Amino acid sequence: MDSAFIIEKSVLIVVVFAITMIMAMYSTWAERKVAAFLQDRVGPNRAGWGGLLQPLADGMKLFAKEEFEPDTKNRFLFFVGPAIAMSTALMTSAVIPWGDKLHIFGRDVVLQATDIDGSLLYIFAIVSIGVYGIMIGGWASNNKFSLMGAVRAASQMVSYEVAMGLSVIALIMMTGTLSLKEISVQQAGMNWNVFYQPVGFLIFLICAFAETNRTPFDLAECESELIGGYHTEYSSMKMGFYLFAEYANMFISSTILAVLYFGGYNYPGMQWMVDNVGVNTANILGIGVLFIKICFFIFFYMWVRWTIPRFRYDQLMNLGWKILIPLSIINIVITGICILAFN
Amino acid sequence: MSASIQSISLSGRKKQVSNKEMTFWERLYLIAIVKGLAITIKHFFRKKATIHYPEQTREFSPVYRGQHMLKRDELGRENCTACGLCALACPAEAITMKAAERKPGEEHLYREEKYAEIYEINMLRCIFCGLCEEACPKDAIYLTISKELVPASYDREDFIFGKDRLVMPLEMAMKNAQLKNAN
Repeated sequence: MDSAFIIEKSVLIVVVFAITMIMAMYSTWAERKVAAFLQDRVGPNRAGWGGLLQPLADGMKLFAKEEFEPDTKNRFLFFVGPAIAMSTALMTSAVIPWGDKLHIFGRDVVLQATDIDGSLLYIFAIVSIGVYGIMIGGWASNNKFSLMGAVRAASQMVSYEVAMGLSVIALIMMTGTLSLKEISVQQAGMNWNVFYQPVGFLIFLICAFAETNRTPFDLAECESELIGGYHTEYSSMKMGFYLFAEYANMFISSTILAVLYFGGYNYPGMQWMVDNVGVNTANILGIGVLFIKICFFIFFYMWVRWTIPRFRYDQLMNLGWKILIPLSIINIVITGICILAFN
Repeated sequence: MSASIQSISLSGRKKQVSNKEMTFWERLYLIAIVKGLAITIKHFFRKKATIHYPEQTREFSPVYRGQHMLKRDELGRENCTACGLCALACPAEAITMKAAERKPGEEHLYREEKYAEIYEINMLRCIFCGLCEEACPKDAIYLTISKELVPASYDREDFIFGKDRLVMPLEMAMKNAQLKNAN
């Protein structure tokens, strides 16, 4: 392992970390703008041009707010909750392939912090740990309503994780790999998985909504029944961490959707660009294309949030256990038959 | 036989509730969701209804009634003679006053022999109906078109407007007199 490799990876990790933070930050701004636009309003427009400094102002406000903590038996867990939620949200970006490779100083720089073979498993593992953040936070709040919110969030995430995993299994059967890099490479030239796995994509999309606790599945926070949900007792930046983790999760799940089903950094004519214009230009364009796809999915999350009302809890569980899981199993069977029939 | 209770519709908009089973495509909800998304995205590009308040203000109705003002005449004398008709007309009982007699040497201040020593309007009670304005025989009290309404405050006392906040400023009376002479 030479020093150039270490420098290259450290720079990449810092950049990926910064991008995740910035995207999550500006998702909060975009959320408010999109919500306003969908409701014929203008949204934040005071702080900076078009309200672009709004996230900074929000952050400053959250840091400056009074810190309140309930009379809880376990103060440590109360502080650990938001930390777990935040760190798991940021850890998943390590295995995302942001682009193919760049040619800098005679080296091929692979645009991925680490390319482990089981990167898909890694993501699922980290995302599952994210439940602990919510569960511990709700439990340590020493508040019945927070606990109810946390239990709801946890059971929702556990049950949707099953359908999500099953929908991805059909995809893995098709691609034959768990590496996100490999999956991206296979989708070159408009061989996007969404064309081969439309049902799987739909199930994955619905489960991604449930996993990130976004409307219509944001049962963890339900102001009419649970005051605020698992974060009722949290104030100032601890509260901010929970909200921020939600946006970071949204960014990561949009990225995974783009990479798994929408071709990642691939765009039509990429091979032609590599041959005629140069590797660097083609791949920087690829990064841009990936970000366009990610931004579209983030927008889609918001678009759905301001369209569909929240599900009732039993409806949510019915959809998860009685519809999505059988549907994904049928999808696996059909995928298997197709693989046998056509190969 | 007269119409049974089931078939009567006073508003003419009675609808039979349908409990029919949803079809397979309806139960999927996907079509309904896509329709909903189409509706919201249309609003995304629609003209915004917002009026950017401090920079733009909404156009007021011609019958708008703003803050009260006790008028002075062209010579700067107060019109009010403390007759109490405005207080009598006030449905919210917001106006209270105390009359006093004009002393010699005060003719430049008050137009009639009687004037209001204290004139108070409780702005928490006032409903801006304009009946005081209609009741006034001396053209003294007016509800202006000023966009300023009642400023917010933490103290209830601040909402009782005395003569210091109600009587027209002297400069304004002078300016009005000049305008009248010019015409």
